[in-house]
Amino acid sequence: MDLKVSDLSVARGGRTLLETVGFRVAAGRALALRGPNGIGKTSLLRVLAGLQPPRTGRVDPGPDAIAYAAHADGIKPSLTVAENLRFWARVFGGPDISTALEAYALAPLASRPAAYLSAGQKRRLGLARLLVTNRPVWVLDEPTVSLDRDAVALFAESVRQHLSQGGLAVIATHVDLGLDAETLDITPFRPARPRIDPGFDEAFA
Amino acid sequence: MIALLLRDLRLAVRAGGGFGLAIAFFLIVVTLVPLGVGPASGLLEEIAPGILWIAALLASLLSLDRIFALDFDDGSLDLLATAPLPLEGLVAIKALAHWITTGLALSLAALLLAPLLALPASAYLWLLLSLLLGTPALSMIGAFGAALTVGLRRGGLLLSLLVLPFYVPVLILGAETVRRGAQGLDPTTPLLLLAALSCGTIALLPFASAAVLRINLR
Amino acid sequence: MASLWEYANPRKFMALSGGLLPWVSAGAALCLVVGLVWGFFFTPDDYRQGSTVKIIYLHVPSALMAINAWFMMLVASLIWLIRRHHVSALAAKAAAPVGAVMTLIALVTGAFWGQPMWGTWWAWDPRLTSFLILFLFYLGYMALWSAIENDDTAADLTSVLCLVGTVFAVLSRYAVNFWNQGLHQGASLSLDKEENVADIFYFPLLVAIAGFVLLFVALVLLRTRTEIRLRRMRALVMREQIS
Repeated sequence: MDLKVSDLSVARGGRTLLETVGFRVAAGRALALRGPNGIGKTSLLRVLAGLQPPRTGRVDPGPDAIAYAAHADGIKPSLTVAENLRFWARVFGGPDISTALEAYALAPLASRPAAYLSAGQKRRLGLARLLVTNRPVWVLDEPTVSLDRDAVALFAESVRQHLSQGGLAVIATHVDLGLDAETLDITPFRPARPRIDPGFDEAFA
Repeated sequence: MIALLLRDLRLAVRAGGGFGLAIAFFLIVVTLVPLGVGPASGLLEEIAPGILWIAALLASLLSLDRIFALDFDDGSLDLLATAPLPLEGLVAIKALAHWITTGLALSLAALLLAPLLALPASAYLWLLLSLLLGTPALSMIGAFGAALTVGLRRGGLLLSLLVLPFYVPVLILGAETVRRGAQGLDPTTPLLLLAALSCGTIALLPFASAAVLRINLR
Repeated sequence: MASLWEYANPRKFMALSGGLLPWVSAGAALCLVVGLVWGFFFTPDDYRQGSTVKIIYLHVPSALMAINAWFMMLVASLIWLIRRHHVSALAAKAAAPVGAVMTLIALVTGAFWGQPMWGTWWAWDPRLTSFLILFLFYLGYMALWSAIENDDTAADLTSVLCLVGTVFAVLSRYAVNFWNQGLHQGASLSLDKEENVADIFYFPLLVAIAGFVLLFVALVLLRTRTEIRLRRMRALVMREQIS
């Protein structure tokens, strides 16, 4: 399955951030999104995940094929690592959690309440969730924040594994993951003249 | 969906804010009323239906902002919204979890607290039935209010202001059921209307709440 | 063909409402003066209620507008949700405080009327109670508007609140009937002529009602224009900032 994004424009808070964004990611490939802070990477990824409607354009396939991971990992501190992960596995109808625990070296921590995890361990748990979603397209927003070098390697390995099974990934990151990934700088998609989203306040100004 | 229900219940129990807190609050309100209005059992007997219902309503209000706010803050709500689970179903399940931890628990606790307010024995059955049939509407309306205020920083107070007027019909019908029971009249009419109200809110409000959540998440 | 929806464009709305506003305001002033002066000074005292009955010229029109203002907000909210016309959302926002004040006027004049008639400022009568509840709905609606920063989000959320609130306001109205039969007299006006108040009170009352309707329209137009200007100002500031 390929991910096709065509003529997408993305607005946030009434401002059009990106226009005519188009790219295509083939199955088994990864795409690294680059661009300075505030350019609209997070908004773009939220649009891909279907959390925010695009101003124009379309994303194919739709949100049902996409697993999304962002800054907040959605971890409940009072549940154990295994319980957190099992919950997401059941919600997404995904596979058994043992592979995911292994992939991020979380097995020894499985019965520890998530409240006692370090920031990096929480991040690993948040990323392990991707493995139980059973979805082919990963949309990841700065996945390596607070990961140490070993954990980044685990993550890269997990992405590689995912790609080799026919999945694909769109990753906004500033770290070189050592993946064989195309890079897309989204700076050129910034509107030529800064402008206000027409649906929003154009009629008033 | 069942996974979500179990998770919410487990969270409520582990965080200690679930069953315990609402019932403790209920007990405190019921204790405070006689301290405020005096211990005359005739007066207490007369106001007991209303007090029990108001106390139950406030206790249920107390935990409303937790329905969505915690999941919103830690990002779970974003992830749940992308999950293969209709948002309407998510709202209904979360309201159900809220009802089990507050409404159901309060209905049972009310039976134990009713003697403190000298409620006549003939009204016990009606108290239990009216709370069992009425509190689902409280949880569902509350979930709607919580969905409306989920992204707001000072949402708690606003949530009360929004939700309490919506509670009016439930309160009136519920207290009326118990009052009629206490006076030996036939309470079935308000009780059936209360049940109808609960059914109506359960049928319709998940859609409104899901629409509101989508707006708040975008 | 010119469509009614063209006036949903802020620019056209500003032009039209700017032209209408003086006329509506003048009409409102005229009707209010005529209706109230006629009602207060040129109608006889009621044989039971004395001159207190004349509060009717403030009480009934304000009560009517309190309900109609909510109804107007409901229609405007629906238009916003279905057709996404910004002016509609702003008109609903503009109507809310006016409706709330109308509710307050109805409650206060009712208290002044109730005091000599029933010997009490306030009774938990179904009509009085449901008006108090309506006032709470207005408060919640306005509080939600002011709590949300993003204008479109606020418009969406308050519109849904208005819709659901309407259902619950009606439910409350009937539930309250259940709870107390009340002191308040029946409807003062209805299309069925036999129940109406006597003609001599009826015509000045109609004029006063027309005055309140026009006053409401004038205030909503004015406030909507203010909201549009506010939005325009913020849009311009935003434009400055990003360029």
